[in-house]
Amino acid sequence: MTVSEKREQSVSEDLLKIGPYTFRSRLMLGTGKFRNVEEMTAAHEASGCEIITVALRRIDLDAPRRSILDEIDWSKYHILPNTAGARTAEEAIRTARLARAMGLSDMIKVEVIPDPKYLLPDPVGTLEACKVLVSEGFVVLPYINADPVLAIMLQEIGTATVMPLASPIGSGQGMKTFDAIRIIVEQAKVPVVVDAGLGVPSDAAKAMEIGADACLINTAIARAENPALMAEAMKLAVIAGRKAALAGRMPILPYASASSPLEGVVR
Amino acid sequence: MIKLRINGEERIIEPGMTVADYLQSLHLHSRMVVIEHNFEIIPRDSYGDTVLKEGDNLEIVQMMAGG
Repeated sequence: MTVSEKREQSVSEDLLKIGPYTFRSRLMLGTGKFRNVEEMTAAHEASGCEIITVALRRIDLDAPRRSILDEIDWSKYHILPNTAGARTAEEAIRTARLARAMGLSDMIKVEVIPDPKYLLPDPVGTLEACKVLVSEGFVVLPYINADPVLAIMLQEIGTATVMPLASPIGSGQGMKTFDAIRIIVEQAKVPVVVDAGLGVPSDAAKAMEIGADACLINTAIARAENPALMAEAMKLAVIAGRKAALAGRMPILPYASASSPLEGVVR
Repeated sequence: MIKLRINGEERIIEPGMTVADYLQSLHLHSRMVVIEHNFEIIPRDSYGDTVLKEGDNLEIVQMMAGG
């Protein structure tokens, strides 16, 4: 195989598998916090994403209104409902069942979050909820703190991915959990999706370079001045980081190593 | 009139209304919502047969923007 064939093969066969589903894009987007439906739709298109997340909420009985989601072309995207708002395993399980009954997806992003300030997920409640939902046949994507031990426990009970956070949700602080995510990646048998806290494309590239399988981004795109342009930038960063991970980086050396020959120098 | 709880709030409706009738009164399409009737999810094709009774608990949810 020639060098260029080898390159082609590694890129074209590089698919993301989540449970029974296969994706080409490694960037997932949220639908929250966009200023309007036009900006959201343009961002989704520019990102090349195939998976978008949604939440589930009670209808406001006094003002039942159309949601921003009515404008989404569901034939273009795979929907990933979340259990956001759930504070306990029981609430997450209930939300997941309602989400599946919507009839659009059997995937569920499990979020069990008792604390509103840092929005850090409860590991015990998450594990409990995931056990039940895996047994009920859901394709389970748990949102977790970057805890390598918890990540192993979850993949052992049959979750389809693990989704460690880079930094607190919506904070844009970037890859604060870099070292822990590297350990999670090293041990993972399921895709690792870095979710929450990514602020700029270099954050996403960094996650992908150390071997994460995908990134989920919402606020960094929705709250950019130009969401569609940022979505495209994130797409390119994820692709760049992924290619770098496949390419295999050079070793880091303690000293300089000349790129030009040291012999035959004109003096 | 009968009293029941819908989405956590006390509501008063006419007796004999089905879940489908209630959705229609809110101008909601059944395709866009999922409903728990007394804490059990009910299939869409039974909305027309499910008559609401005094003291029932109804949850009507829809998908919303989120991350």
